[in-house]
Amino acid sequence: MLEPFFRWCEASAIGRAVAESVWAFPILEAVHLLGLCMLGGAVLVVDLRLLGAGLTGQSVARLSRYARPWLVAALVVMVLTGVPLFLSEAIKAYYNTSFWVKMCTLPVALTFTFAVRERVARREDPVPDALGRLVGAVSLALWFTVAAAGRWIGFS
Amino acid sequence: MIERFLGWLGETPWSVALLESLYVWPLVESTHVLTLALFVGTTVMMDLRLLGVAFRKVPITSFTGRLLPWTHIGFIIMTLTGLLLFYSQPLRYYHNLFFRVKVLVLLLAGANVAIFHNGVHRNAAEWDSDASPPRAARIAGAVSLAVWTIVVVTGRLIAYNWFDCDIQPQPAWVNWVAGCAAVTE
Repeated sequence: MLEPFFRWCEASAIGRAVAESVWAFPILEAVHLLGLCMLGGAVLVVDLRLLGAGLTGQSVARLSRYARPWLVAALVVMVLTGVPLFLSEAIKAYYNTSFWVKMCTLPVALTFTFAVRERVARREDPVPDALGRLVGAVSLALWFTVAAAGRWIGFS
Repeated sequence: MIERFLGWLGETPWSVALLESLYVWPLVESTHVLTLALFVGTTVMMDLRLLGVAFRKVPITSFTGRLLPWTHIGFIIMTLTGLLLFYSQPLRYYHNLFFRVKVLVLLLAGANVAIFHNGVHRNAAEWDSDASPPRAARIAGAVSLAVWTIVVVTGRLIAYNWFDCDIQPQPAWVNWVAGCAAVTE
């Protein structure tokens, strides 16, 4: 049902330009990875703290506030590079299980981060509690799945 | 001599098995890439603090005391998986232009860490809570961001064989940097 849409994506001007260029795909990949580094740092600083590790001297609320703009910036970079990467090989992605795992987990991870984790992190609570630990663990698991499935797109 | 050693290394049974394995090599490579989020991720957060553009009210010693152990765990995983990847194709990586640049910049990254920890970080107590750290600390943060960016980008590009010795002709400087003379003769 969706296949015609994926064919249209691959035939799009951006998709073809990336696919036909020698350098475009590798450079986009590399910048996508730089986004991963920033995203990883911004997510981990807060999740580790929720789990009672890392920057334990600081409140979760403060760390979450500081990390947020960098998290958003990293996501913007990842989307801006991820979309053209996808467009250049949309049909391959359509038949790729890892791609679908990533695309199903990504909205869950985003919703969880900005709707659930952010609310839990906002409580001015110095001690890691059961809820904080659970939220930190779920966030780590979700983002790990997105990243691992993303890497595996290239192998399968 | 290095060539002969690496050639021998690449023909050892474990090296061949690793390179030809269906799942082990991709798993090692994926671990190497995903650990970037931990290693470079925590490094970047500390660099942003050193630059005074993020976490401005968090003391520097919080970062170097409590977050750095996580960076170290990331570094150990990066090194072990990186060595395994090198072991799977030693001669190819040795003559890979991007690999050579990456190793060189890694040395610069190490020097930057050493200069920071033996220099301005020694009296960190004096500027621990400064929203904007001293010049030397800000420079260390900026250099760190720059060198790790280059390491990540060149690391990713190692996968491409554009400048490999068996792809000729190449500009003379490419063959020189990649050490291809011995191979092409």
